[in-house]
Amino acid sequence: MPENAANSLRDGQPVIRVVNLVKRFEGRAVLDGINLEVHKGQTLVIMGGSGCGKSTLLRQMIASIWPDEGHVEMFGQNLGELDDGELDKIRKRFGILFQSGALFNSMTVGDNVALPLREHSSLDGNTIEVMVRMKLELVGLRHAVDLMPSEISGGMKKRAGLARAMALDPEILFYDEPSAGLDPVTSAEIDQLMMDLTQKLGVASVVVTHEMDSAFRIADRMVMLDGGKVLKAGARSEFEAIRDASATGETTHDLIRQFLRGDSDGPITRRRLSSNYEEDILNAAAGKYS
Amino acid sequence: MTMSQAQRGWLERLGAKVLGGFRYVGGMSLMLGDTLRWTVLGLVSPRVRLGRRAIAEQLVRVGVRSLGIVVLVQLFIGVILALQMTPPLRDPWRQEAMIPNIIGEAGFRMLGPILTAVVITGFAGASIAAEIGTMVVAEEIEAMEAIALNPVRFLVVPRFWATFLAMILLSVVADLCIALGGHITALLVLGPTVYEGYWTRMQRQLDMLDFTTGLIQAGVFGTLISLIACYEGLKVRGGAEGVGRATTMTVVYSIVAIIIAACVFTVVFYVYKL
Ligand SMILES: Nc1ncnc2c1ncn2[C@@H]1O[C@H](COP(=O)(O)OP(=O)(O)OP(=O)(O)O)[C@@H](O)[C@H]1O
Ligand SMILES: [Mg+2]
Repeated sequence: MPENAANSLRDGQPVIRVVNLVKRFEGRAVLDGINLEVHKGQTLVIMGGSGCGKSTLLRQMIASIWPDEGHVEMFGQNLGELDDGELDKIRKRFGILFQSGALFNSMTVGDNVALPLREHSSLDGNTIEVMVRMKLELVGLRHAVDLMPSEISGGMKKRAGLARAMALDPEILFYDEPSAGLDPVTSAEIDQLMMDLTQKLGVASVVVTHEMDSAFRIADRMVMLDGGKVLKAGARSEFEAIRDASATGETTHDLIRQFLRGDSDGPITRRRLSSNYEEDILNAAAGKYS
Repeated sequence: MTMSQAQRGWLERLGAKVLGGFRYVGGMSLMLGDTLRWTVLGLVSPRVRLGRRAIAEQLVRVGVRSLGIVVLVQLFIGVILALQMTPPLRDPWRQEAMIPNIIGEAGFRMLGPILTAVVITGFAGASIAAEIGTMVVAEEIEAMEAIALNPVRFLVVPRFWATFLAMILLSVVADLCIALGGHITALLVLGPTVYEGYWTRMQRQLDMLDFTTGLIQAGVFGTLISLIACYEGLKVRGGAEGVGRATTMTVVYSIVAIIIAACVFTVVFYVYKL
């Protein structure tokens, strides 16, 4: 499949490009003019407060929902201009781990991983069996091959979802909070696996995560979303510098710093407290009964 | 002429309802088109597998599990028909020997298929909507699309054909059960004028057309049930509550759709003397 990539990608061209993307829900712009790029063999970590639109952004990168404005390019092709057949070809070249794992609950863990192989490869049954076990071994789940999703824990579901995402040896992997709900050791192992995939196989990764240790371990580049915009995008070292610096009084800097350090005081907290909630509540009540 | 606020509100709501109705029917028609397209592709193209096993699994779930209820319900319908028709036929015209003719006609043409459809709606329609809705909530549908598997092909096609086949097969069973219910009633309650020659009279009354029109309707009812159930399931939004609403709406819409379709069929058959 790499020759495929070469067909549509010039040297140095990003595998994913998000251009001026706007997404509204019920008139409210959840994402408001997002631009970013991911290159081959690179890991981009997306950060931001809960509900700021990280999963929504990911969903648009995988063509599951469509932006209201702007577009997403993958392998140099604008997703919005492709027909179903072309989209399916692209889909076979990336894998995604959903926030919930999203296993098919009516199939065993093994069948979940086998499904993309059965549908999209010409491998025979035995080879598929072997491949499935290999992928499950990578995420430490070989013993769970015959279990149903309802019989495994949340963290195991996530790992099984990762094995399924890797089934077709994708060129891009998307992860929505891969280490949430995993114990520290498993989480570190998954991080290692993600790094191996990018470094050894040249996979490009887009990772949404709240775990800062993990983020700094795996990231090449990072972006921080806030209020529907990219607050800052840069190399990992830039974010490390902000984390380790002291507060400067400059809002953006301090906001990122608070987020990265997980401090309970800082611009994020002050912003939340400054909106006068008593007035809000009274207004809401007045609106309801007037 | 100016409209009052209240009138306009009323009109707007009606307009919105009508539009919503069109959108619903349009969406279902698109899904039907997709389902048929994937079926044809599956039959002609070796690269698209239809998953006969999936259809068989669904058939077991839709058909076999409702079989007992269908038998039970239709036997009782036979009993009810026989008992209710006897007094008006007997007095004063002594025509109760006609009971098998009427049971055959009513059962094979309409009651067999329509009541089977109602049972299947409750049994299979609701569970299909709940199942697919739950998959939507668990991001399974998105995951499916993300690995380039079409949900219509994977989820709708097997359920569609399974429901279609189950409706036809169960309607045959249903027809026989209604007839049998009438016969048992005749034997136990109504006496020899009714039960002697019961089956011959029924056979003489019925021709192939009675049977086939019934089965055509059964197929259409099956189509309606599976389409509504899949459609409601796929458009679930927002958690368990959405799934609950989808199941309820599936049952409501299916029953309404079935009865409207039955009425249309009856009118057409009547006009064309079928
Ligand atoms: N289908 C939808 N309809 C309406 N609003 C939505 C929909 N999907 C997401 N939203 C809204 O968009 C915002 C962003 O949601 P999203 O799931 O992308 O957040 P997130 O950054 O992934 O949060 P978390 O870190 O908690 O996973 C939220 O405010 C959510 O309410
Ligand atoms: Mg999220």
